[in-house]
Amino acid sequence: MATGQTIAEKILSRHSGKTVKAGDVAVCKVDFCLGQDGTSGLIIDAFEKIGKPGVFDKKKFCMIVDHNSPAPNQGTAAVHKKMRGFADKYGVKLYDIGCGICHQLAMEEGFVGPGDLVIGADSHTCTYGALNALSTGVGSTDLAITLATGQNWFKVPETIKVIVKGKLPKGVYSKDIILYIAKDLGADGCTYKSVEFTGPAIDALSVDARFTISNMAVEIGAKCGIMNADKKTFAWLKKRGSPVFADKDAKYADIREYDISKLAPQVAKPHSVDTGVSAQELKDTKINQAFLGTCTNGRLEDLQIAAKILKGKKIAGDVKLIIGPASTKIYMQALKKGLIEIFINAGGVVLNPGCGPCVGTHQGILADGEVCISTANRNFKGRMGNPNAFIYLGSPATVAASALTGHITDPRRFLK
Amino acid sequence: MRIAGRAIRLKQADDINTDYIISGRYKFAISDPKELAKHIFEDIDADFAKNLKPGDILVAGRNFGMGSSREQAPVSLKAAGIKAVVAVSFARIFYRNSFNIGLPLVECDTKNLQAGDELEIDFDKAVLFNKTKQQKINIIKLPQMLLNFLKFGGAVEYLKESVFAREPATVSMAGDRSKLRTKEIASSSRLRRDSSQ
Repeated sequence: MATGQTIAEKILSRHSGKTVKAGDVAVCKVDFCLGQDGTSGLIIDAFEKIGKPGVFDKKKFCMIVDHNSPAPNQGTAAVHKKMRGFADKYGVKLYDIGCGICHQLAMEEGFVGPGDLVIGADSHTCTYGALNALSTGVGSTDLAITLATGQNWFKVPETIKVIVKGKLPKGVYSKDIILYIAKDLGADGCTYKSVEFTGPAIDALSVDARFTISNMAVEIGAKCGIMNADKKTFAWLKKRGSPVFADKDAKYADIREYDISKLAPQVAKPHSVDTGVSAQELKDTKINQAFLGTCTNGRLEDLQIAAKILKGKKIAGDVKLIIGPASTKIYMQALKKGLIEIFINAGGVVLNPGCGPCVGTHQGILADGEVCISTANRNFKGRMGNPNAFIYLGSPATVAASALTGHITDPRRFLK
Repeated sequence: MRIAGRAIRLKQADDINTDYIISGRYKFAISDPKELAKHIFEDIDADFAKNLKPGDILVAGRNFGMGSSREQAPVSLKAAGIKAVVAVSFARIFYRNSFNIGLPLVECDTKNLQAGDELEIDFDKAVLFNKTKQQKINIIKLPQMLLNFLKFGGAVEYLKESVFAREPATVSMAGDRSKLRTKEIASSSRLRRDSSQ
C-alpha cells in the first residue's frame, strides 16, 4: 500500500512527473526563479559559460537590484550595470533600484502561487512557503542551470511538522513565534528538511504575518517552510492556484507542538538566531540603533504595528531609527496611511525600498561596540558591517518600543 | 578519487555561516576570487588566512556553511587553496554550491581530527585516513553525480561535457527530455513598479 505524502513530496512529485518520497533525488521543472544583485553577477557568468542562446522562459525569471540599492561603491555599480546589460540582451525582467526586496516583489507581482516549485539565488526564497509553494534558496550556478534548462535536481526532503496552537497574546506577533521555535529547534534543527507550519495559531495569522515565519525557515536550516493555503491566501493572491495538502498518513521525521498562548515578546541575542529570551529579560540592554524592515518584517502590517507605538512620540535622543519598506507598493501605502509621517515625526529615517542595512554594506553600518535591535532574520557577527557590533532580533513592536526608550523594551507597555 | 592534505581548523567549530566565510563587506564590492580569498573568516579568526597553506583541508564541526546563499563562500575557499572541507554536517545551500563549483565536501565525525594532522580522503571507498594518528574514519558516500561534478571541476563543466554537448537543442538531466524554448528575444523590460496604485 502506498503511504501518504507530505506537501514537499507532493510538489516534487508533481514537478518531476513521478511519485517521489523523502530521500529520492528528483529532476523537476521549476515554475519560477530569480536572482538578486549579490548573486546575479555569478549567475550571469555561469549562464554564459553554459552557452545557451537564450533563457528557458523569459516569463519565469527575473532579477532584482535590492541588496545594495542604489549602489554604494564602484564594484557594486559594475554588477548592477552587468545585470542591466544581461536583461537587455536576453529580454528578461529586471527590477531596478528602489523597486523593493526580491521576495516581496516576487509575491506582489504574482510570480508565485500555491503548489509551485520556485528557486531563488537568495537564501530567504523560503518566504513563499507561506503561500503553499515549495520555494528554496540556491546558489548562482544552480540558478544558472535552471535558467538554461528550466530544471534542476532536488533531494526530496524529510519533513518536520510544526503544530502551533493557542491564541497569540496582545503585543506578541509571528516574529516572536518563529524566534521561540528557532530557539527550541536550533540553528541546524531542520537541516535539509522541509518544515510544515500548521495549526490553529498559524491559521489565525494574516498572510503578511505568515511570511515572517516561512522567511526564517532557513535560519533553522530548513530547505523550505510550507503552510497550507486557505481563504486568506487566495484573497492575498487575488487568484486561485493548485493548493497542496499533506495526506493524513504522511510520514514525518518529527512532529513538534507549541502552545503560544502565554508567549512573551522574544528577542534573539548576538550572534545567533536560536538564542531567544523574553524582551523583558534584556531590559537593561542599551541600544544605539533600531531597524525596522527587511524581507522578514518590512511589510505594511509591520509598519502599522510600529507606527501605532511611535505615533505622537519621539525616539530616545541617542538612538538612530531606520525604516526600510519592503517594496514601492508598501512605501506608497504607508505614505497614504500617514505612517511615513509618523516615523519622520518620531525622529526616524525612512530609506528607499530594499534590503537596507541588513546586508552590512550601507544605509546604517554600526560602529565598534554599538548595539542594534532589528526586525531582520540574521544577527551574525559582522552582519551589519562591523564584527565588533551587536545585533538583537525582535518584532516590529519590540523594535519600535526599544527605539522610544533607548533600551530593549517589551512593547506591551505601549499597547495598553 | 583521492585527496590528501594537512588539516587546518578554525577557533569556532560549529555553525560557521557564510557571512563568516566571506563578509558581505567584500562579496558585493569585490568580484576577483583571489582578492576575496584574502578575507576569508576575517571576522571570527583574523589569523586564519595567514596560517593557511594552499592544499590544506579545512576541518569543522556541525552545520558548516549555514545562512546566506552566496556562492562566493565556496568560491573564495577554493581560491584560497583549500582542497576540501571536512565537517560533521553542512548547510544545504552551501553543500550544493560547493559541489557546483568543484569544492569537495566530506561528511564524517571530526572530533579526532586536529590541526596539522595529515589526511587522505578516498571518495570511492568512502574513507578518510588520518595518517598522523593512523586512524580510519568512515565518510558518507557521495552520489555519482556529485563525484562527476568534482571530476570535471564543477556542475557547469560536467553538464557541458555530458549533457549539453550531446543534445544542444534539448535538455536532459535524468533521461527525460523537454524541448528548450529558444524563442526570439523580446525587447528589454526593465521594470519599475507603477507608483500610482
